[in-house]
Amino acid sequence: MKRSLLAAAVAALVAVAPAPLFAQSRPAPALDGEPYIHDPSTVTFCDGKFYTFGTGGGGLISDDGWTWRSGAVRPGGGVAPDVIHIGNRYYVTYARGGGGMSGGHASNVYVMWTKTLDPNSPDFGFHDETVVATSDGIEDCDAIDPAFLLDPTTGRLWLSYGTFFGYIRLVELDPRTGKRVVGNKAINIAIDMEATALVYRDGWYYLLGTHGTCCDGANSTYNIRVARSRKVTGPYIDNVGIDALKGGGKLVVAASGRFVGPGHFGLLDLGDGVQKFSCHYEADLDRSGRSVLDIRPLLWKDGWPYAGDNFREGTYEIQSERSGYALELAVDFVRMPSMRRGGFGAPGGPPSGAGAPGTNAPGARGAGAPGTATPPAAAAGANPQRGGAPGGPGTNMFAAPTGPVTPVPAQDLAEASKDWPAGTLGVRLGDFMFRPHQKWTITPVAGAGGYPGAPYFKITIAGTNRALAAAADAEVVAVPTFTGGPEQLWRIDQLTDGTYRIMPKSVPGSTEPFVLTAVAHSTPTLAKFDPKSDNGRWNFKLP
Amino acid sequence: MKTLCGIRFLAFCLLAVCAPQVSVVAQSRAAQGPAQGGAQSGAPPGATRAGVPDNAPRTIAPYFTPASRVPRAPDIEGFLQRWLLLEPIAKPNRTNIVFTDSYVRNAFATEYFPGQMTVVPRSGDTVTVDGQKLAWHAVDSSTFNVKLFRFAYGLNKPTYGVIFWAVTVVNSPRELKDVRMAVGSNSASMWWLNGKEAVLLSGDRRMVMDDCVSPRLTLTKGRNVIRGAVINGPGLSDFCVRFVDERGKPITDVTLHLDQAENQ
Repeated sequence: MKRSLLAAAVAALVAVAPAPLFAQSRPAPALDGEPYIHDPSTVTFCDGKFYTFGTGGGGLISDDGWTWRSGAVRPGGGVAPDVIHIGNRYYVTYARGGGGMSGGHASNVYVMWTKTLDPNSPDFGFHDETVVATSDGIEDCDAIDPAFLLDPTTGRLWLSYGTFFGYIRLVELDPRTGKRVVGNKAINIAIDMEATALVYRDGWYYLLGTHGTCCDGANSTYNIRVARSRKVTGPYIDNVGIDALKGGGKLVVAASGRFVGPGHFGLLDLGDGVQKFSCHYEADLDRSGRSVLDIRPLLWKDGWPYAGDNFREGTYEIQSERSGYALELAVDFVRMPSMRRGGFGAPGGPPSGAGAPGTNAPGARGAGAPGTATPPAAAAGANPQRGGAPGGPGTNMFAAPTGPVTPVPAQDLAEASKDWPAGTLGVRLGDFMFRPHQKWTITPVAGAGGYPGAPYFKITIAGTNRALAAAADAEVVAVPTFTGGPEQLWRIDQLTDGTYRIMPKSVPGSTEPFVLTAVAHSTPTLAKFDPKSDNGRWNFKLP
Repeated sequence: MKTLCGIRFLAFCLLAVCAPQVSVVAQSRAAQGPAQGGAQSGAPPGATRAGVPDNAPRTIAPYFTPASRVPRAPDIEGFLQRWLLLEPIAKPNRTNIVFTDSYVRNAFATEYFPGQMTVVPRSGDTVTVDGQKLAWHAVDSSTFNVKLFRFAYGLNKPTYGVIFWAVTVVNSPRELKDVRMAVGSNSASMWWLNGKEAVLLSGDRRMVMDDCVSPRLTLTKGRNVIRGAVINGPGLSDFCVRFVDERGKPITDVTLHLDQAENQ
């Protein structure tokens, strides 16, 4: 964070305005409530709540990861904290001094610990604050923006820190105390970066950091970038081979929608293949350009992380990753009227090989015209052996097309639904034909709570109030009317491969965290999510 | 019942161009619906083209062998390969796109013979449907799927526009809860466990293992009667059935035993 503009950012945080209400018409909003923060620490779960701390002291709390309020407590002031949970301790690090404030780059990085992040708990209280890194104001480093990594392969605890003034550096801490390992020397791992974070995945260490201009509201160019290394100590190289020590970094997330200047990456691993990341936007244009917290899906492609988008309301096909079939109401398929006039032949040409009326001449491709000796099914214009449908009188799929070319209207809901039973219906998976019983409108439900990054949604057949619902015995149905019950509220998490996991808020008679699952090619159910299987993975496609 | 993919369909078209009369004859038979009995009505559309004379002796081998009195386990993947199959009931349909849920339910709710939903027949028992005497056959399928078309063809019975009824008895050494009946069929089908509907497969359906599964069921300790009906218009008919557990693993520690199979 560039200290020259920090004062403005802090002032923006201090100013409090009425929280904007969640607006259903706005796609993928940033978090609900009062998510106002700058330089948020990694979102951390503690005793049933989510916490994040920001610059200037204090922080945010959320019961569900969707609706946030102020109230977290962090002493010491300073800037850009981070948190890590090791054993029965929550270590908190932050920096005081430096950052260009008052023209200086002399700074200290502190670490302290508490048994809980809940300020109302008797166990709350910070201990053993100690300096783990410094910058003297002259050297090529400004010791701010610290971030932890507990290496899962070695159990060693690392801390990166620094800003655009010189190097990003790495030091080693003792995971038992949070203090600097005696004799450890700082290692330079990057330049031209700030607000770093380290992540380990599949044999790679990833250094994520923020490029661009901080703290300039809607004009901030903050964006998050990444380089990776086989060793925690580097070298960290980007996707085109440029060392982070030479300014390299592959883009992870930049401005989009109404959000400007994402920065301060923090990994939130929810398990089962669901990874999210916290960040702040320098400006949320729907919230007076304030700096806000957001939580977004973290996706991976070819060994590189990139940002997903929280789910946008809309009307979709819900496609099973397992079978490619679409979720649909279990109702009778309603045929569209056959409108074919001719078929595959060349326009304007002779009826290539088609049986001529009144004949059964050689050249008839099994789909003779009326008046031939061809039996009824063969005359129907479709190949019955392929399970084809009979066409209209006079059609011939192998004849040259005739008549004007006109658009064919899609089947409308009224036509398709006239014989749908009124009560609860089963759902299943079938070939997607963009028919009304296969189009689902997915809408956030205001006031129903949420989960990290997003609100609960209702999933209804487009144009109707028929809602997807969890049923007893962990099956899934479509109820005739959406009532807002928890079995009709759905959590939609994007998985690291870009597919989605769809989970009801609750399942009648069960406390299991079941998700929508293709238990067979054509049969959906609710079952425990298996991250190694495609059964619980879904795609949302525009119909 | 999507028996011809694009390439095969193109090949079929080429064949039709080269030998139009043969193709038309084959389709004519298919389109006319099944005549009752007789070799001609049961001829598969490719038989003559492949050079097999229509009057060649027919057999259900190697697709089926007579079921023995020795209880049989499912195969390693849990597929049930021992069945009592009824010779096909004529149900002319020139296309399979008619097999909506309502159509299929109505077709199988129609009583074709007494005890249709309750009987566990003996091999060789016969029923009369629309004046046609149809026999039950206790067979073991040589493959994971039960090739109904080959069953009908081998018996000189209609192959297109038909309904097949199938029954088997699963003996379970213990009560098995939260299992699912997993079915694939060509074309539509409906299945019952101990008299209760388990799973419906509607539409112009090709056979895929585990295409549709039932809700969670309980296999009772001892005898469990599985009953199914498969309907098809033109094309190859077959089905496969197995039970899977909550994790999708096949149930293999059960046995299939048709009480009167020795009468075959």
